[in-house]
This record gives sequence, structure tokens and C-alpha cells, in this order.
Amino acid sequence: MAADDIADMIRAAIPDAQVEITDLAGDGDHYAARVVAESFRGMNRVAQQRAVYAALGGRMGGVLHALQLTTAVPN
Amino acid sequence: MTDAVHQRIADIVKGNDVVLFMKGTPLFPQCGFSSRAIAILEHLGVAYESIDVLQDQAVRQGIKAFSDWPTIPQLYVKGEFVGGSDIMMEMYEAGELHQLMADQGVASAN
Repeated sequence: MAADDIADMIRAAIPDAQVEITDLAGDGDHYAARVVAESFRGMNRVAQQRAVYAALGGRMGGVLHALQLTTAVPN
Repeated sequence: MTDAVHQRIADIVKGNDVVLFMKGTPLFPQCGFSSRAIAILEHLGVAYESIDVLQDQAVRQGIKAFSDWPTIPQLYVKGEFVGGSDIMMEMYEAGELHQLMADQGVASAN
């Protein structure tokens, strides 16, 4: 899955999200994503990550095996 | 997920103060994320149980629905879902995981 596609899906579901994707191994398969969104405020980490997983529509754990994910609210 | 699988997972979660659902074993983790989760638990020095989902397809699929979480590893402390390896790492680095174990009165290893 291409990095841009991952970022697009996250932004489509979480419009205020700033998304940074890093291709960890340069193989188009192992990514780290950092998602920062004001709409995460008041959500704990589990809820924030669930929101991102929901944005990826069931691909997480499937075609997206190796996605390191960190979430945060803007400073 | 069948009721029997749901019950089996519920029993595991309830029966262990700290339990990690993972791929492989603590000595031979079969995935980088599971390996990282084990390293964190070892650093914390807490007593924990591990469940190798590769040995049990029903639990491997069932735990995802049980926790509403699509990936493995998954950490439970005192019956509560804490998160996967990324959340474990964030909490560990912030000192929150150590605090959680202390607050919950989790026993240290050996």
C-alpha cells in the first residue's frame, strides 16, 4: 500500500489531521504514521488509534501489517 | 467469534493481572511488534503471562473483536485493555506504564 494512499484515507476520515508517513524500510510495506489532530482532544490513546484504524477501513492487520502508529493533539 | 472463544478470552484476561496476546513466545517472538512489547514488559520487570495467538487461530481472530483492536500484540492489565505495542512504547517512555503497574498493584517478576 502506498504511503500517499494511507495518508489520504486518514485525512478523508479525520479532516483536521496532520499526517506524516515514514517508509521505515524503503520497501513500501513497513511504515510509521504520526497523526496529529485537534479532534483527538479528550480521547485517550486507545480511542485515538481506533479512530485512525477506522479511517483505514479494516486494512490494518490485513494488507497493512506493519504500521507503527502514534497519535497526538496539537501543542 | 463463538461464545466459547469469547469466554475463553474473557477467562484469560480475568485470570491474569498482566497478559500479552502476542505472536510467538517471549523467548522467540515471531513479529517485531510482539518483540518490542516483550522487551517493554521485561524492562518493567513485572510478572506477566503471554498467549501465543499463532498456536490458536480462534483466539488470534477472536481477540481482535474482543478488544475492538485490529492488530497483535495486545496488552491487558487487571482485565482492562491497555493497547498495542505503539501505545505500550509511548506509555513506557512517558513513565505511564510503570505508573499503571504500580497503581494496579501488579507483582514484579520472580
